[in-house]
Amino acid sequence: MNIEQLKKRSDYEWLIEPIGKMKVPVVIYASESLVRGMDEKVREQAINVACLPGIVKASYVMPDAHWGYGFPIGGVAAFDPDQGGVISAGGVGFDISCGVRTMTTALTVDDIKGVKEHLADVLAQRIPAGLGSTGKLHLSVKQMDEVLTGGAQWAVEHGFGTKEDLGYIEEHGTVAGADPAQVSDQAKRRQQDEMGTLGSGNHYMEVQQVQEVYDQKIAQTFEVKEGDIVVSFHCGSRGLGHQIGTEFLKKMAGAATSYGVMLPDKELACAPLNSPVGQQYLGAMRSAINCALANRQILTDLVRKVFAQLLPKAQLKLLYDVSHNTCKQEQHDVEGKIKRLFVHRKGATCAFGPGEPTLPAKVREVGQPVLIGGSMGTASYILVGTRSSMSLALGSSCHGAGRSMSRHQAMRTWHGKDIVRNLESRGILIRSPSYRGVAEEAPGAYKDVSEVVEAAHRANLSYKVAKLLPMICIKG
Amino acid sequence: MNKKVNVKISMVNTPDKAAWEHFPHEADIGVRGMGRTKAEAFEQAATALTAVITDPQIVEPNEKVKITCQAADDKTLFVDWLAALIYEMDTRKMLFSRFEVRIKQHKLDAVIWGEKIDVGRHSPAVEVKGATYTALKVEQNEDGCWMAQCVVDV
Repeated sequence: MNIEQLKKRSDYEWLIEPIGKMKVPVVIYASESLVRGMDEKVREQAINVACLPGIVKASYVMPDAHWGYGFPIGGVAAFDPDQGGVISAGGVGFDISCGVRTMTTALTVDDIKGVKEHLADVLAQRIPAGLGSTGKLHLSVKQMDEVLTGGAQWAVEHGFGTKEDLGYIEEHGTVAGADPAQVSDQAKRRQQDEMGTLGSGNHYMEVQQVQEVYDQKIAQTFEVKEGDIVVSFHCGSRGLGHQIGTEFLKKMAGAATSYGVMLPDKELACAPLNSPVGQQYLGAMRSAINCALANRQILTDLVRKVFAQLLPKAQLKLLYDVSHNTCKQEQHDVEGKIKRLFVHRKGATCAFGPGEPTLPAKVREVGQPVLIGGSMGTASYILVGTRSSMSLALGSSCHGAGRSMSRHQAMRTWHGKDIVRNLESRGILIRSPSYRGVAEEAPGAYKDVSEVVEAAHRANLSYKVAKLLPMICIKG
Repeated sequence: MNKKVNVKISMVNTPDKAAWEHFPHEADIGVRGMGRTKAEAFEQAATALTAVITDPQIVEPNEKVKITCQAADDKTLFVDWLAALIYEMDTRKMLFSRFEVRIKQHKLDAVIWGEKIDVGRHSPAVEVKGATYTALKVEQNEDGCWMAQCVVDV
């Protein structure tokens, strides 16, 4: 991105003043080198978002932003329903409620040394991953409706995990206002056999070691210390979310014009929140959020069973579960007034600060855990939401490294076998059904996650708590 | 019956103009099909879609599925066509390698052939989540040849 077109507010904050049809400014949080590395399309897309009806405060761009569909990936925007605000299927994306869940294990690096290979093999065998994989459940349409309204609570009621888990999940494991009647039969059919599956692409499950702790006090609250083993996974609402995204992108592209919303880009397809199509999408999208929460809860149960078999002293306890592709109803301060807003986070993580009343009791005092997934073979991070983030970016932070190279180019640059061998020589075991898939997800195809996290930290969006290094990575 | 598309994948610059290719997008990948007719361009783009996942040449065209789509314009029809293929792949756990498309006005009727996914043999690189409106084009050039393309989310 051409830095000359931006107004520098600080080393980590850049501004584009509203001009033309922009209703609010664009605010980019990133270091100079990250901004320079961003595609020009990010600027264009963030400006387009700033033109949408009912947007409040600003169109925000997180440090890991890259070119997305309509919205940039790493984009945050809030809309006021009372000011004609809109909801956008493109602003949430196809992978609705994709997110990260991290669990502590009560194990240390020494505990898994002897069983690492075996653990990797059994996880790869038991965790359904990749195209064509199915879970053990086959749900009827009626059962699917129960999942879509119940979320992780449904999963717990059906024997996947414990009630205690729910205390460490956004929305206590179930988002209110889901309306399965707005989810097509096609979307439900795509999901009937896919509950408890990981997916593919950048989705993964990792066994990680805590390499470094930056904030001992908060790390203690999150129950992590150096040398501990944790398990993290990254996945979403699978086929159901993809189908809802597909259908509403089309529906909203048609509806926007009839509602008098001029779209600078068809992919920004949206509808007023206070319109039938807006409400239908809200009901369908919330159903997909519950689907993702239930999916991650079922996966948790699968992982627990593997650990119970191989490492009986392990105790897998949720550290947190947070999504980064959502639109959520939240209360925010807008020019001194508390307003009900709908906050789109497309490739951006909710990062509420200490004391926020909507946070689960377990983390309310210190702030929300912000889970940042790395690319395969690189570090992941645990951060914590800050008070300042609430006013800086509606309580939001980055979500991962973000791609810097296309799959096309990655496939031509690396060989999957070489990557697996190199990572293995560094003690990182990769299990994947496809070497080509590994090449496309090569660590070098992503931005440096540490630089992204450092920028989020220095911009006061979220503070570093701990750094995690992968030991085993299961890829779809 | 158009047999050209079933036999072998045509890459760009083949004499008969039926061809497919991928084009880059920062996070995802673009699929492009070219042909002497709109229908042929759509068929080629479908092969490009399979090639995002695996080598289309190793997908046996053993099982037949019918697809019908209707849309207000060519571009929406193209996105709907790819979305329908993604849906069939996902729900049937299949990959497809042979496509016969007929388009009248903005109504598409297709017969597609493929087989169940065999992870060991196909080693699927990635699953496609959806077809997008990004870089979406359905165009006829001066030679009368057609091109259809868009970015798919993976």
